[in-house]
Amino acid sequence: MAKSTIKLRTKVKGDKVQVKALIKHPMETGLRKDKKTGKKIPAHYINHVVVEANGKQVLSADWSGSISKNPFLSFSYKGGAGDKVKLSWKDNTDKSDMLEVEVKAKK
Amino acid sequence: MKRRSFLKGSLIAGAAVSTGLLSPNMAFAEGADPFEAKSVDDVLKALGISGAETSDKIKIKAPEIAENGAVVPVGITSEIEGTTEIISITAANPTPMAAKYTFGEGAVTSVKSRFKMGKTTDVIAIAKAGDKYYTAKTEVKVTKGGCGG
Repeated sequence: MAKSTIKLRTKVKGDKVQVKALIKHPMETGLRKDKKTGKKIPAHYINHVVVEANGKQVLSADWSGSISKNPFLSFSYKGGAGDKVKLSWKDNTDKSDMLEVEVKAKK
Repeated sequence: MKRRSFLKGSLIAGAAVSTGLLSPNMAFAEGADPFEAKSVDDVLKALGISGAETSDKIKIKAPEIAENGAVVPVGITSEIEGTTEIISITAANPTPMAAKYTFGEGAVTSVKSRFKMGKTTDVIAIAKAGDKYYTAKTEVKVTKGGCGG
């Protein structure tokens, strides 16, 4: 399997699970110019991210080019160890990726 | 390209209708994609938001001074009960609409991510609870130099 573009970390905090995600993506706005050619670099950014826990959607995000390169996302939801957290993204060129991890119990 | 942006626009408008964000009439009347809008007013219009109430229950955690405008960490927390959506707008960017987060059941209505900011700007957060919108804003100063201005 090719290396995933997503890094997903989960942590149990009381009755909540904290989810932290890093996605590798250039997030081009389409406004930046290539310094050598002077041509505009075409827009290429993630416009939709969905996070599911045990198959239920807990967060969906609509993004624009205003999100930083290699976007970071952090949030929490009510849950616990053993939950399956799945993050998937799609960009404006219809590329996509997903990753599922299991929430580990606190040691 | 035209066709693509039209499709995208109609998809988002469709999604907005199905989530009940806009009534069908409004969506077609306004029609525009908020992510394509060039000013804060246009964004609000495209989203169909008017008269959002200012609330101190929305907390924006952002640096007062950001040395690097390409990576500005911003956390938005809504303590308003029943919040289902948080919209983040970076006022001075060419396309101010930055992100929209929709929360599912059990999610804590707080998100953190990193934004790009072209220059010193207001960060506007809008939270939707029930049928009402609440808003808060804060200013982030962006310095280009590495010395922290």
